[in-house]
Amino acid sequence: MELLINLLINGLATGMLIFLLAAGLTLIFGLMDVLNFAHGGLFAWGAFSGVWFYGLTNSFTLAILGAILTGVVLGFITEKLIIKPVYGNHVQQILITLGFMIVLSEMLKVVFGPNQLAAKTPPLLAGSWEIGDVIIIKYRLFIIIIGFIVFGIFQFILKRTKIGLVVRAGVMNKEMVQALGINIKKVFLYVFMAGAALAALSGVLMAPYSGVIYAEMGMEFAILAFIVVVIGGMGSFPGSLLAAILVGLAGSFMAYYVPALSLAVNMMLMAIVLIFRPQGLFTAKG
Amino acid sequence: MSILLKVDNVHTYIGQYHILQGVSFEAKAGEVSVLLGRNGAGKTTTLKTIMGLTPATSGKITFDNKSIEKNPTYDIATGGIGYVPEDQGIFGALTVEENLKVAMRKEDDAALARQEYVLELFPDLKKYWKKDGGHLSGGQKQMLSMARAFVNESKLLLIDEPSKGLAPVVIEKVMEAINEMKKQTTIILVEQNFIMASKIGDTYTLIDDGETVQSGLMRELIDNEELKRKYLGIG
Repeated sequence: MELLINLLINGLATGMLIFLLAAGLTLIFGLMDVLNFAHGGLFAWGAFSGVWFYGLTNSFTLAILGAILTGVVLGFITEKLIIKPVYGNHVQQILITLGFMIVLSEMLKVVFGPNQLAAKTPPLLAGSWEIGDVIIIKYRLFIIIIGFIVFGIFQFILKRTKIGLVVRAGVMNKEMVQALGINIKKVFLYVFMAGAALAALSGVLMAPYSGVIYAEMGMEFAILAFIVVVIGGMGSFPGSLLAAILVGLAGSFMAYYVPALSLAVNMMLMAIVLIFRPQGLFTAKG
Repeated sequence: MSILLKVDNVHTYIGQYHILQGVSFEAKAGEVSVLLGRNGAGKTTTLKTIMGLTPATSGKITFDNKSIEKNPTYDIATGGIGYVPEDQGIFGALTVEENLKVAMRKEDDAALARQEYVLELFPDLKKYWKKDGGHLSGGQKQMLSMARAFVNESKLLLIDEPSKGLAPVVIEKVMEAINEMKKQTTIILVEQNFIMASKIGDTYTLIDDGETVQSGLMRELIDNEELKRKYLGIG
């Protein structure tokens, strides 16, 4: 039983990190129809800038805020310089964002050096609790809680605020949103910046979780995020949460019980969903 | 009456296709101007071009004494033009309430009073207030689309084929609503159903192969059997 609970917590924590990364991606794809392969680069910048801010301030809260700010600024620059000229052209989007992903990774090496960096868990979140035979690692529980809080905040914004309604309406029919007098390009920019902030948040939370960070980490996790977006349904926030938890749990349980299949399980999950429900588990379109 | 909208020799390309090849007409304030023509004549593209959704390649569009042919769509809408597209453009996963909320540019007392007015005009919408737009009937979607365009204080409403695919009894309701709306705003209507168009319209513009063929008073067209036969296939 304790093994199952530990695997569950591990899977949920990994799932939440992937969710934070995929949530931005799904909004960007759903609303803006943009395939952003540079998303992983924003995640890696979140991790590195977070570690840097933590070293500077010794405050994990400031590290998180610093990483989010880095994500917002990079998101602004990326949308204005890289994404804006290629709206509506998927091939160009793939080429330029893949290229920009490499630029972001290489820039990390320029700024922070070519080697891996160690990332410490903040003292307050280090260690674990033992409840009976179950060991609960504090930091993993923290990630799970943050994931649910972020989900709650974004669900509130999407469901209960005017900007959220506009974003949801834009996912369904961009042309009509503009015809109602809303500057959709400005909304695109805000969504892109929010998505980048989520990617950076995921990165800074990932750093102490994995213990080391490296410039190429963005691409590895971006692939998982893309799988989650496909499984959850393009543009669906709850879909991304469910899919990320599924991917996290499947990875956790398979790594223990059938290690040989642990890498393939995500692809298998995606293939099954695509066969039986090609639009994904949820759909944001009306 | 003053001219609210003037479309002057407008040409529009969609991709490589030259759809509008010289559309010209005027809409006077307080009137209902009807765009008539066969399927594919360019009526819907004319409305989309006015809205900036398929921008004009050449020609001039003047609204309220301002040139708008180069303006982005959102700017044209906030300038005072409401749009009811042919496919109604309902946000299917949003409720009736949310559809109206997205459309409302201000939520002050005046806007809320206007919302009350449109709900009196379309009581079905009040009834299905919390229902998703995607689950409404065709007639209810049409009403919601019109209500959404009317909930802001628009000087001009562009309504594209409001009777399309609706049952006769629903068409009657939609007609009543348009008659009520015309008391408060200027309307440009695209309509295939000539009986409906002739009852509502004050003036007409005939479009054929992307060009304006003729404009005039609706009552003159009603009596002109040759024109109706030649360009509308009726009479």
